[in-house]
Amino acid sequence: MLRFIATRLLQSIPLVIGVSLIGFALMHLAPGGPLAVYTLNPSINAQDIERIRIIFGLDQPIHIQYVKWATGMLRGDWGNTFFGGRPVLDVILERVPATMLLMGSALAVAIVLGLAIGILGAVKRHSIFDYLATSGALFALSFPTFWFGLMAIYVFAVRLRWLPSGGMFELGEEDNIIDLLRHLVLPTAVLGLVITASWSRYARSAFLEVLQQDYMRTARAKGLRFHQRLLRHAFPNAVKPLIALLGVELPFLFSGALVAETIFGWPGMGRLFVDALSMKEYPILMGMIVFTALFVIVGNLLADVAIAAIDPRVRLA
Amino acid sequence: MSEPLLELRDLQKHYPTRHGLLRRAGAPVKAVDGISLSVQHGEVLGLVGESGCGKSTTGKTILKLTEPTGGSIRFMGEDITRWSRQRMLPLRRQMQIIFQDPNGSLNPRHSIGSILSAPFEIHGIARGAELAERVAALLRMVGLPPEAAQRHPHEFSGGQRQRIGIARALALRPRLIVADEPVSALDVSIQAQIINLLQRLRAELGLTYVFISHNLGVISQICDRVAVMYRGRVVELAPREALFFDARHPYTRMLLAAVPQPVPDAPRRTVSTEAWTAGESALLREVAPGHFVADHDSPG
Amino acid sequence: MSLLADAVARAAPAQAAGAPVLRVEGLGVRIRTGRHALRALDDVGFSLRRAETLGLVGESGSGKTLTALALMRLVETSAIEIDRGQVALDGVDLLGLPERAMEDLRGRRISMIFQEPMTALNPVISIGRQIEEPLRRHLGTGRRAARDAAVALLDQVGIRDAARIARCHPHELSGGMRQRVTIAIAIACRPDVLVADEPTTALDVTVQAQILGLLRDLQAEMGMAMLLITHDLGVVAETAHRVAVMYAGRVVETAPVGALFRRPRHPYTRGLLRSIPRIARERPAALAEIPGTVPGLLALPEGCAFAARCELATAHCVAERPALERIGPEQAVACWRHQHV
Repeated sequence: MLRFIATRLLQSIPLVIGVSLIGFALMHLAPGGPLAVYTLNPSINAQDIERIRIIFGLDQPIHIQYVKWATGMLRGDWGNTFFGGRPVLDVILERVPATMLLMGSALAVAIVLGLAIGILGAVKRHSIFDYLATSGALFALSFPTFWFGLMAIYVFAVRLRWLPSGGMFELGEEDNIIDLLRHLVLPTAVLGLVITASWSRYARSAFLEVLQQDYMRTARAKGLRFHQRLLRHAFPNAVKPLIALLGVELPFLFSGALVAETIFGWPGMGRLFVDALSMKEYPILMGMIVFTALFVIVGNLLADVAIAAIDPRVRLA
Repeated sequence: MSEPLLELRDLQKHYPTRHGLLRRAGAPVKAVDGISLSVQHGEVLGLVGESGCGKSTTGKTILKLTEPTGGSIRFMGEDITRWSRQRMLPLRRQMQIIFQDPNGSLNPRHSIGSILSAPFEIHGIARGAELAERVAALLRMVGLPPEAAQRHPHEFSGGQRQRIGIARALALRPRLIVADEPVSALDVSIQAQIINLLQRLRAELGLTYVFISHNLGVISQICDRVAVMYRGRVVELAPREALFFDARHPYTRMLLAAVPQPVPDAPRRTVSTEAWTAGESALLREVAPGHFVADHDSPG
Repeated sequence: MSLLADAVARAAPAQAAGAPVLRVEGLGVRIRTGRHALRALDDVGFSLRRAETLGLVGESGSGKTLTALALMRLVETSAIEIDRGQVALDGVDLLGLPERAMEDLRGRRISMIFQEPMTALNPVISIGRQIEEPLRRHLGTGRRAARDAAVALLDQVGIRDAARIARCHPHELSGGMRQRVTIAIAIACRPDVLVADEPTTALDVTVQAQILGLLRDLQAEMGMAMLLITHDLGVVAETAHRVAVMYAGRVVETAPVGALFRRPRHPYTRGLLRSIPRIARERPAALAEIPGTVPGLLALPEGCAFAARCELATAHCVAERPALERIGPEQAVACWRHQHV
């Protein structure tokens, strides 16, 4: 087990290097740069800009810049932001809890609802419920997340005024958990809706497949009740591919969260990323790319470990 | 005795296994582990054994549908062991295979006519009206009406599809047919039809069969000689009657004792689990003319 | 548990030894496809006594597996319906029971084992737990007692080192071992009836002999009735006391095993027996064939379904379907021409 985890982490090193290389190259290929803002500022002259360029290290060839950044990373130094000079790792980490809260709550909603809808659809296949769930999921998946976000803000925040339109807390209410939950509802619902839609489909087909297996008939021939067959016999088998899928879908979930954060002004990594992108904050962008890659790698690793825990046939090797 | 049609010497087919991150080679699976056999013109040699004994792999290796890892295959006087796919092509006309499940090998989207035309077209033998006549003759030969050519595989029953599989194998008048469990998927009443068909065709066309089956009754009906396989090796090779009524190897005896006979009130046999261990070498000892047995130790 | 089910579940096996424990009468199953309704089973009937094995024989499509699933009430879907007949277990009609009451009986008084031991067991649940389940479900056995009972059952079905095997998962066992495990599950609650659907078809012949021997021993030990479904007449000859032969969804002949093999009374049975290749010093130049193929359910004729393949058939056979007719104390045949067979 430990050996498996160690091996997998070692295997992912080239992946992280590749991702960071591509990210670095793309960033520098994009027009403009962190110094573009200064060129519009009349109080800063060309020499000042040149000095800043040297301070930022942007005067050096790109490959040298990458090597410098990478050797820093190897020592655990994620670098400092261009503007403000704060350690990049601190900047990212202070945004992590908000994003995790949003992703976690949306995922929790989606797993519970998606599984329930999917199981019901599989058990009552071709029923009215099944058709409604299928068309509902199709509907939810055919509109972009931001459209749902804007509609939710318009209906629940602007017209009905039931819920706040954005942010995480009202000013001065930073310790109020009720206030936090009120702010959490809309982004969770919007992000959760899209994930629920796809998860109900995955769950339906996973359960459909399992319900047709021979061992389900054996379980019936034993006289087990429906709920016993479903929970003890079908569930662990059906949930296995779903866990694997969760690992694979993690990047999409992450990008969905970034969109939702941007719409609802949720102060998480999504906002940080968009801001960093517009200001060409290379150190933050690079830090976030690496952070995301690690997040996805660890997520997939956990998925594999969980599957091995459920299925004795899967050996971690 | 004239030169055999097919001769296998110490034939081996090993599958590599790999373990771990560095894909280190493990102990190979010895699916076929040193088989020496010869098949005479016009005879039916049975290969019998339980699942995983290597009988199917042997059949595929004979036809070089899979490359042997060791030993040699001589066919029609030529050593074809190392022949390339290209070089095998003309010889392919002489050796054909019939599968257990004709479904898997009949393209569902092609008509029977086009399935049966393919061998003639590939080898550039016939076209146009002559081709149609050849296809019709093939269908008649296996007991199907010529109109079958217009239909598709799914319109036929399992037994009829097996007839089509046989027709295709026979299209180019091969010398050798490897029949790999050709009746195992069929019902008893249909099984008899196909066995009779194969026997009739053998007599009419002078065919030679390597007949692979796990069903000892079927083997007994159709084969002249029988080789019993166990774990990639032949443990006993004998003329039909000697094998069934004078078996010498404990494994053969166990196999025979296990076959349920369609005879009521027969004394209930207890299947012997006579202990024995296989000898080291794959060599067979001749215990009676044409009757060969592998080395084994049976304590007591 | 409903009162009815409770009564059924507890009904003592009070019958005299000769009375049938399971009686199937006029059983019919209908399959609805898009436009058609197919009659997959029609007028299927047989009975089964304690400690007796009935071989249910037929070729693919004859309806033998469907019969087994129907009497276990495991077939009903939106498209498949048991629309006629009776399945009486100790006098109680199973077809009239609500599903919950049926669940109380399955695995307790009537059990089933299936053809494919490789897929019949749940891959993620340990062998021991899968055997414990019916005990805990039906007999309310406690966790520890069930665990011990599972090991004892494994031992009973001839698995050595039972305690260790109980902790294994299905993939660690061979096909023959897995079939032993499914048998252990089926006999856990000492059922009155065991339905075995082609239990050895997927196994090698040496393993088949062991499994058939095990089933015989268990029957002698526990006195249960067994419905053995098979296409292999050798298996029937060796294991069954009586035989029911099915063709195209109907029972065409029932007889004690000796009588059936010595003097089959239905032309189809006779044809089947003749077409088996046998191991004998002298072999026929050609096997006896039954010409033609089994008719599809969509094209079942008005009269006898076998008439088109039958050498004895007359116009009467084509026009009218013969019913199963009793021709002896233990024998029945559905053939107008049985006197000529």
